[in-house]
Amino acid sequence: MTLTVPQQSPPAPQSLQPTGWLRYLSFSVDHKVIGLQYLVCGFAFYLIGGALAGAIRTELVSPISDFMPRDVYNQVLTLHGTVMIFLWIVPVVNGAFGNYLIPFYVGARDMAFPRLNAVAFWLIPPAGLLLISSYFITGAAQSGWTAYPPLSLTTPASGQIIWILSVLLLGGSSIFGGINFIATILKLRRPGLKLMQLPMYCWAMLGTSILVVLSTPVLAGTLIMLSFDIVAHTGFFNPGLGGNVVVYQHLFWFYSHPAVYIMVLPAFGLVSEILPIHCRKPLFGYTTMVYSIMAIVVLGLVVWAHHMFTSGTPPWMRLFFTIATAFIAVPTGIKFFNWLATLWGGKISLNSAVLFSCGFIVNFVLGGITGVALAQVPFDVHVHDTYFVVAHFHYIVYGGSVFVIFASIYHWYPKVTGRLMNEHLGRFHFLLTFVGFNLCFAPQHWLGLNGMPRRVAEYDPQFQLINQFSSVGALLMAISTLPFLWNVIASALQGEIAGDNPWNALTPEWLTSSPPPVENWKGEAPLVTNPYAYGTPENEIDLNSVSGSDLWRNGQ
Amino acid sequence: MQIPSAIVTLVLGMLLVLGGLWIGQNINLLPVDASTNAPIYDELFRVLFSIGTILFLGIVGLIIFSLVRFRRRPGQLGDGLALEGNLPLEVFWTAVPAIVVLFVGLFSYDIYERMGGMAPLSHGDHGGAMPAEQRIWGGIGSSEISTTSSTSLLQPLPVEVTAMQFAFLFHYPDGDIMSGELHVQAGRPVSLRMEAKDVIHAFWVPEFRLKQEVIPGQPTVLDFTPTRPGRYPIVCAELCGPYHGGMRSTVVVDSADDFNAWIQANRKPPVQEA
Ligand SMILES: [Cu+2]
Ligand SMILES: [Cu+2]
Repeated sequence: MTLTVPQQSPPAPQSLQPTGWLRYLSFSVDHKVIGLQYLVCGFAFYLIGGALAGAIRTELVSPISDFMPRDVYNQVLTLHGTVMIFLWIVPVVNGAFGNYLIPFYVGARDMAFPRLNAVAFWLIPPAGLLLISSYFITGAAQSGWTAYPPLSLTTPASGQIIWILSVLLLGGSSIFGGINFIATILKLRRPGLKLMQLPMYCWAMLGTSILVVLSTPVLAGTLIMLSFDIVAHTGFFNPGLGGNVVVYQHLFWFYSHPAVYIMVLPAFGLVSEILPIHCRKPLFGYTTMVYSIMAIVVLGLVVWAHHMFTSGTPPWMRLFFTIATAFIAVPTGIKFFNWLATLWGGKISLNSAVLFSCGFIVNFVLGGITGVALAQVPFDVHVHDTYFVVAHFHYIVYGGSVFVIFASIYHWYPKVTGRLMNEHLGRFHFLLTFVGFNLCFAPQHWLGLNGMPRRVAEYDPQFQLINQFSSVGALLMAISTLPFLWNVIASALQGEIAGDNPWNALTPEWLTSSPPPVENWKGEAPLVTNPYAYGTPENEIDLNSVSGSDLWRNGQ
Repeated sequence: MQIPSAIVTLVLGMLLVLGGLWIGQNINLLPVDASTNAPIYDELFRVLFSIGTILFLGIVGLIIFSLVRFRRRPGQLGDGLALEGNLPLEVFWTAVPAIVVLFVGLFSYDIYERMGGMAPLSHGDHGGAMPAEQRIWGGIGSSEISTTSSTSLLQPLPVEVTAMQFAFLFHYPDGDIMSGELHVQAGRPVSLRMEAKDVIHAFWVPEFRLKQEVIPGQPTVLDFTPTRPGRYPIVCAELCGPYHGGMRSTVVVDSADDFNAWIQANRKPPVQEA
């Protein structure tokens, strides 16, 4: 069965595919083309979402609502959240890098279902355009990305319905992608390649895809019920008709907590690929890394009500979800300690990919610590729905996932283009992003603790100065995009030629030409049974290049 | 070579722990406390802040140290050590966070119980007998806070809270007083019974460290005892529409005399004094 796989990939569709840059605008079934389509499309939406964030931070420079009308402000914050989650982070960490890398990692020539793959991508641009256009046509949804009823039932219906349609399309795209990843990882592995020999990103994508397939349908069903409430005046969530608004929150968070892991687990996987290569060391604790991913997947499904500690939840439920949530810190902590151990004793190249990866570790650790605090009911009761939470989740999804996206772009750019990015610009980009990000979000912890709720256009004047710091940070983050964009474009045209494997990496995507040919390898796919076989064996250490304490540690 | 590095590590670790404890105990990030459960909350906050600071500074320190100490110097070739794992180490950094998390969980459970969070809510049983409309949900329940013996002698002050776009209304059943501000008496327990007319709102007083969503169709309760006289903001914390940011009110914590004077001045039908 597995032996027939290489012959199964049909050569016929390839001949019908356009070549050159036009294929990036086509219904291509090549996983590498689709991966790049996801990445570029996602980045375009990141710029839109960033502009929306800029509008929010501009409004918050002053404590009164003076930059835009209040209902427009609510539209902007709804669009910002929806765009950043569903059109930028989820499609990029899953769709872009997953499509580009997973077939290489399992030794396949394409994904299991190439056409479904193309369909999954091509659902995204129309869904995104629909969402953005709703702002210009009817006014966008105003009830936040959470769309809690009854607010979502009472705000203008047209914007809310378009929002639901668009999220349903994006959810469908995500489910198609998830099915494809599971099938590819489990069924398309090159003969001889065992599961426990796969690069860590495969495990991360397997775990993520399980979450996607289990939880996204719940969101879809919930939103369909919500749309019935709006259009057909059913009463699922309408208290006036005997509906229950808290049930919506349960159903919504049953997806939307795992959604956090759908955004960060792939990032964990990508970092696990990047660090060993640039540290010239094996990934520390491969087996525990795999088990911790699976533990996060299981625990991630049973913690959703920690978003509801201040709504109608009985005490026993609060206690259970506190404990379950806090325990996610254990498998997550294992991963971070393993990365620290991977750094330890390495020969670390301090390039942009490593800097962004380490920035990710620092930011995510802070976000994780505030996360464990938020899991404690009495703590959460004070800061729920405040800027403390805003700071917390931006440390997770921006400081975490987005930093990893940038690290990954610096790392895989030579694979995709055959050229290296400019390192000086890259480090400058890192510095601006890291300083801007922390200046923007660190002060928000204090704002939340001291009384500033989230999603407000106007606030207590005593918070003005701190908000202005935060807005300056946001401005730095916006500026940091410029050296990056310049770097990406200029390096594509005149960057230093990278060669096929500039990092001397061992993972299979580097064991072919850069950029790789259609169907990935000229000959047969290489069998990589240890993708992390870096490092000098202990007894071969060059005595001149290590210090005494290295030897002492080795002697244990 | 070995002993000095071990001692350095030990000293650094102790400095880290002491520094984290000092920061957690001495840097105040919270507003004034004005209810009986605020000091309890602050106790939890200081513990979490200390643990968090130690962890964060430790990990950041390790990363910076690694990046500096193990950076590839110019002209240096070759790989790092081929360390693929270390089981005792893995067990160690699984067990220690698990113990810390368990400790934090038990401690915060204790804190929550002292705040009255685990107390059964009045009519708040989750049996299926009562229709949803009559259930009382959530909130920090009827607390028997016995920190000050004098408080328990006083009758709790019942107040009915109605939240609507974009205001809070407070109704005092004793005296039939309607007010846009919440007036309470320092040291006397207050029992809020809250209901929303349109969408979900949230009643939050940062100085009380308390928040409870106000949910249409499902009454919620919130019990607390204010301690420090003064005026504190009531903030709506749940997105409720365009003027959500402006949906604010004030809670006035009065001394007993001031509070009684306010009641007398505002009560509608003349009722003899108790
Ligand atoms: Cu969550
Ligand atoms: Cu409100």
